Amino acid sequence: MKPPPFDYHAPHDLDEALAVLAGTGGDGKVLAGGQSLIPLMNMRLAAPAHLVDINRLAGLATVEAGADGVRVGALARHAEVERSERVAQVQPLLRSALGHVAHPVIRNRGTVVGSLAHADPSAELPAVLAVLGGSVRVARHGAPPRDVPAGEFFLGPLEPALAPGELAVSAFFPAVPPRTGTAFVEVARRHGDYAMAGVAAVVTLDDDQRIAAALVACVSAGPVPVVLDLTAACGRRPAASTDWAAVAAEVRDRVDPDGDIHATAGYRRHLTGVLARRALRIAAAEAAGEYGWTDER
Amino acid sequence: MSGKRGWPVGEALHEVSLTVNGVVRQARVPARRLLSDFLRHDLGLTGTHVGCEHGVCGCCTVLLDGAPVRSCLTFAVTVAGQEITTVEGLAGPDGEPSPVQRAFAECHALQCGFCTPGFLCTVTALLRDNPEPDELHIVEGISGNLCRCTGYQNIVKAVGRAAELAREGGEGTA
Ligand SMILES: Cc1cc2nc3c(=O)[nH]c(=O)nc-3n(C[C@H](O)[C@H](O)[C@H](O)COP(=O)(O)OP(=O)(O)OC[C@H]3O[C@@H](n4cnc5c(N)ncnc54)[C@H](O)[C@@H]3O)c2cc1C
Ligand code: FES
Ligand code: FES
Repeated sequence: MKPPPFDYHAPHDLDEALAVLAGTGGDGKVLAGGQSLIPLMNMRLAAPAHLVDINRLAGLATVEAGADGVRVGALARHAEVERSERVAQVQPLLRSALGHVAHPVIRNRGTVVGSLAHADPSAELPAVLAVLGGSVRVARHGAPPRDVPAGEFFLGPLEPALAPGELAVSAFFPAVPPRTGTAFVEVARRHGDYAMAGVAAVVTLDDDQRIAAALVACVSAGPVPVVLDLTAACGRRPAASTDWAAVAAEVRDRVDPDGDIHATAGYRRHLTGVLARRALRIAAAEAAGEYGWTDER
Repeated sequence: MSGKRGWPVGEALHEVSLTVNGVVRQARVPARRLLSDFLRHDLGLTGTHVGCEHGVCGCCTVLLDGAPVRSCLTFAVTVAGQEITTVEGLAGPDGEPSPVQRAFAECHALQCGFCTPGFLCTVTALLRDNPEPDELHIVEGISGNLCRCTGYQNIVKAVGRAAELAREGGEGTA
């Protein structure tokens, strides 16, 4: 349970980090919070030849919440983003999802961008980025940074759209539009574990409080976050008269989770339907301004 | 073949200097030296315990610039120059146990004691950030620390008791 040797690089600014990373060829990995990478190295499931430690790049420890959304720099820790009242106002889905990411102590060290770059389909934040239609800003040595939309960033399990030598410098989570509510719900075997199933939902109402748009992203339901547009399934009706059983059935039909020792594929499928219904109802209530609304199951 | 202090020949060593419990300490270690092993093997501070080495058990929790972190998921080189508080640094300057330490003893919140250093560090930070936590906050706050002996009830009680002791003791004792 000890990590294998590697060459250690501790750049002091972004340009230096990109140059060093470019110089490591395909054998370099970025070290952010280390809360996913170091366990993998301790278990010898990962053995990068070079680690480029970005913990001294203070310029990347930023959390900027503006009217259009939240931009989180690569060194912003989960805990910092979770604590920010401004972030919670601009995009409340971040705080509700972050409460499910590991334990508070892990969140003191792990980063939001690291979690996206890790691209675990059981992780909460990739689903949040996907359901909001956010993006990841990617930089490389000697080229201008590019913004990769969430839909193109997650390619497969632990497979982000990052080429060797590329560093994710920030992620952008768009703000909630007017008359819109969000929710994140999940079921895990123990508090702080990765979810057996989870759903992030965004619901927008029209002027007559009818559901105008309903989107979910499902966690642990496929190789990447599974985004489903359920607007048609909800029908243009108020939440109270929506056929939720039909919505849940559609979710069950459209996801294709794997089974493992913790839950069969069928159970995960069922759970995803139940959670989608629950998340959509909470989001619809929030959109209608009914804060503190709880699901009557 | 092994070289300096048992490290494989050819492995680069880094001079790592940290402030541990208020004292500047240093050692030459490879970059892959975990902070937990740096504290235990290089500095001889064996109060920090190591259970799982993948972030799950919480035994290795120490304070990094005041915030609790897993020392088994941190390389010592990464935190060079920063301040660490381990269980050995929680008591007062005269050796007087801190309110959290007293409460754990009073409430029988430990049996074998293996998990205790991690709990003490976690709870010290918890009460500093939230001096009057309700039971939900306490349970959430310690949810990342495993104990195989106590059944947790007395640990939860001890956190509440530590909050009381800190309030009775006034400023600066938590
Ligand atoms: C006990 C435990 C429970 C956990 N439970 C959960 C959970 O329930 N849900 C969850 O989502 N996560 C969970 N995690 C993981 C945690 O959220 C991590 O913090 C997160 O997945 C990775 O962030 P990091 O900053 O620690 O990244 P690191 O571990 O430093 O890196 C992870 C990967 O991303 C790459 N990377 C990191 N940053 C960048 C960057 N800026 N540019 C390019 N590549 C980069 C690294 O090279 C590496 O491959 C858990 C971890 C532990 C130890
Ligand atoms: S030894 Fe670090 S969490 Fe278990
Ligand atoms: S007292 Fe034995 S593990 Fe907690």
